[in-house]
Amino acid sequence: MRYLPHTEDDRRAMLAAIGAPSVDALFRDVPPSARLDGPIAGLSTTMGELEVDRHMSALAARSRAAGSMASFIGAGAYRHHVPSSVDHLIQRGEFLTSYTPYQPEVSQGTLQYLFEFQTQVAMITGMEVANASMYDGATATVEAVVMANRATRRGKAILSGGLHPHYRAVIETQAHFGGFTAVSAPPSPVGGEDLATMIDAETSCVVVQNPSVFGQLVDLAPLAKACQARGALLIAVVTEVVSLGAVTSPGEMGADIVACEGQSIGNALNFGGPHVGLFATREKYVRQMPGRLTGETVDADGRRGWVLTLSTREQHIRREKATSNICTNSGLCALAFTIHMSLLGETGFRRLAALNHAAAVRLAEKLDGVRGARLLNQSFFNEFTLKLPVPAAGVVDALAERGVLAGVPGSRLWPERPDLADLLIVAATETNTEAEMDRFATLLEEVL
Amino acid sequence: MDKSQGRVTRDAAETAALPPVVTASGHRGLVMDEKLIFEQGVEGRCGVDLPEPPPVASRLGGLERKGPIGLPGLSEPQVIRHFTRLSQKNFAIDAGLYPLGSCTMKHNPRLNEKMARLPGFADVHPLQPASTVQGALAVMDELSRWLTTLTGMPAVALSPGAGAHGEYCGMVAIRAAIEARGEAATRKRVLVPESAHGTNPATAAAIGFDVDPIPAEAGGRVDVAALKAKLGPDVAAIMLTNPNTCGLFEAEIVEIARLVREAGGYFYCDGANFNAIAGRVRPADLGIDAMHINLHKTFSTPHGGGGPGSGPVVFSARLAEFVPVPYLVRDGEGLSLVEHKADAPQSLGRLKGFHGQMGMFVRALTYMLSHGADGIRQASNDAVLNANYVMARLQDVMTPSFAGPCMHECLFDDRFLKDTGVTTLDFAKAMIDEGYHPMTMYFPLVVHGAMLIEPTESETKESLDLFVDTMRALVERAKAGEVAYFRAAPRLTPRRRLDETRAARAPVLRWKKPVSALPQAAE
Repeated sequence: MRYLPHTEDDRRAMLAAIGAPSVDALFRDVPPSARLDGPIAGLSTTMGELEVDRHMSALAARSRAAGSMASFIGAGAYRHHVPSSVDHLIQRGEFLTSYTPYQPEVSQGTLQYLFEFQTQVAMITGMEVANASMYDGATATVEAVVMANRATRRGKAILSGGLHPHYRAVIETQAHFGGFTAVSAPPSPVGGEDLATMIDAETSCVVVQNPSVFGQLVDLAPLAKACQARGALLIAVVTEVVSLGAVTSPGEMGADIVACEGQSIGNALNFGGPHVGLFATREKYVRQMPGRLTGETVDADGRRGWVLTLSTREQHIRREKATSNICTNSGLCALAFTIHMSLLGETGFRRLAALNHAAAVRLAEKLDGVRGARLLNQSFFNEFTLKLPVPAAGVVDALAERGVLAGVPGSRLWPERPDLADLLIVAATETNTEAEMDRFATLLEEVL
Repeated sequence: MDKSQGRVTRDAAETAALPPVVTASGHRGLVMDEKLIFEQGVEGRCGVDLPEPPPVASRLGGLERKGPIGLPGLSEPQVIRHFTRLSQKNFAIDAGLYPLGSCTMKHNPRLNEKMARLPGFADVHPLQPASTVQGALAVMDELSRWLTTLTGMPAVALSPGAGAHGEYCGMVAIRAAIEARGEAATRKRVLVPESAHGTNPATAAAIGFDVDPIPAEAGGRVDVAALKAKLGPDVAAIMLTNPNTCGLFEAEIVEIARLVREAGGYFYCDGANFNAIAGRVRPADLGIDAMHINLHKTFSTPHGGGGPGSGPVVFSARLAEFVPVPYLVRDGEGLSLVEHKADAPQSLGRLKGFHGQMGMFVRALTYMLSHGADGIRQASNDAVLNANYVMARLQDVMTPSFAGPCMHECLFDDRFLKDTGVTTLDFAKAMIDEGYHPMTMYFPLVVHGAMLIEPTESETKESLDLFVDTMRALVERAKAGEVAYFRAAPRLTPRRRLDETRAARAPVLRWKKPVSALPQAAE
């Protein structure tokens, strides 16, 4: 086996040094009833690179890559162009094969990029501080709710109807088992919900996604004021971080915590993971934050350097009193984010956002009115919702057969709501060409 | 002067008299001092070329961003150089022995990386129609089969994002099962050994369980008598790591499982140390009800400086019906996912945005196929052999906390440093100057000044011999009274010991534009 270096001579010599007659003797503490004599049956045996490559490539060929079609699917994960240098840099062994930077003297590389990541996240969200990442947007959001409960000593979260239903489901799981309440407004494709009146003395937070899962943009400022007046925190959720290059940041609108899915920057779709959760808040809540934080300091010679800090919040120190149980996070995805964002810079990030918005506007113009399809959103960034005259799932399947991933049908996200089955959530990014959009419109006309 | 390459051009006496090197650039040979990107950026510079957006009427509803974000502008070569320089300040498995106990820093095969980037896995949207993602679903299906076969457990949940998330998944399933029995109000106590990872009590607490520590006996294993005394109708579960964090197999584990089950509780096993026993012991045969598996430990998916990980959980028949959504099903049309709790009333619900860490599933399956059942068993054998070899060769100069044989990691405490003035921390930092990443230190908490060494199966005997010889030399140094040497260590790294107290006292967690034009303090 190519990864295992020992020869039989090595093993014999090592057993002799140990004073054990055999490797089996080293397993003598395993109860006899649980000892296996040989390899487990029913599984294949050692394979060379070529054979494994052949097997896995055959499996991969049974999926249709989004890039091999015209893809207009968003709803929490977005297909963007990632510059080639990103994937090359994150594959440097010094990044790829290092652990959490617990020994700062030999981890300054990781620590410095995490400090840069935290700064970039704070900047684009308009917040004061950010952590070193969470698993994904949904888990970042549930951590935000738990943090709000802790900070306010209350136990009721109000969830906007525009929140991605998977995010809502993750919060509901934690609410049920973690002992707090989550109240959801009904799905609202075009916003207009009155969350402010739902806030009461028990409310710890209001969770609003912007743009919503339907693509709708809302001004959070009035809601932020209502939250503040009643002692609740406003949690803004962003599943498409590219929007932050064009839209007023949640921080400027008055959010107290911002939870984002950061996949769009630097990371592939990966069939849903790994992605990277972004978590940002105000400085006054820093000691309530979940997850790792990198901080600036100096070394014994007075030179600037970085360390993991405020770890007394964390599970390895605080155990059952920790702010979260998170340990491993999304380090390498955060690195990809940092590199891509560094390449973009102010100019590139804003232009990328403008390109996405322009693509969506043009696509919306092409699709709105196609045989009774109707654009529902008044305002949007790079995603919008169409109301179709027929259930959207059939349309999506028919277009997929013709090489177009048309979007996400309402029934995929809200199977319990037949009244939303005729909704189609459509996204456009800088990767979509004019020709792809025209083809989408033509095919939609054909199948409707 | 002789200018031919490779010749010494100065005589030794002359160079010996030179003071320490202080460079004008701040760089030191191949180690570059690197500013933050925010200190390098220039307005108007950009590392990508994007076309001018077509003119469209804004549909942003008056929410256009006003004012600059503050992101720095850098060219592509600048960005490449910046991150390349940063990478050179990291220790990594690729660079050397990384004996971090309970972390399993084994070789990360590059074939895994190549496979994970195949467009049929990497460039697939999680919400594509099922008919277009059969290959991706097949990877999940094959991985599930390997995991359930290796563990002997009937069900698996793939979606947890890392080990702690897997613990959460497993403990929530236990909570769901207890609810289904109508005992949610009474069964609230979870027994956790004092040697457990911090994630265990943090997880139990997050679900509203009361954490009750159980002590270890003198041999480093769970005190079964103490455990028995704590069992009762209010016990929901035990959370036990096996092999445990002292590097020992819990020899009484079958009995522990029986006792917990008889008391009406469930057995959660922290599978962080599965690398010792994969292919040799099936957790199902130990009486375990739920166990997470760190694909980023046992199955070689890279740690990436702290993630992403992946923490699938295997379940016994008692818990199988509570698995989270999404989960795989097969029907006439192939594989598909059940994504909503509405379609799976017994499910504990959803834990993650989409279906789990697909990129890690591909890497782990590639590892499994490369090794095969025989190779996985051999890897466990070699991991355990290597740890016992290190222990055998160090036990006369260092102080093993418990008698062996150990499993895939060996635990020492700081008794051998008694009266030297050298602490575990000092000793670890001196290892850095020797070219080693330190072992896990001060964990587990049950021994004083713990040093937990996990060499993994990837290391050659020659590599282990050099490591052992180095450790012995350091011990000799410590015992010879060279305390100042240890306290000053490390001295050969890009930065020396960092002031963690200062970092925590007035946290600086992000870069901010300097407010005045005053020159910044020298770095």
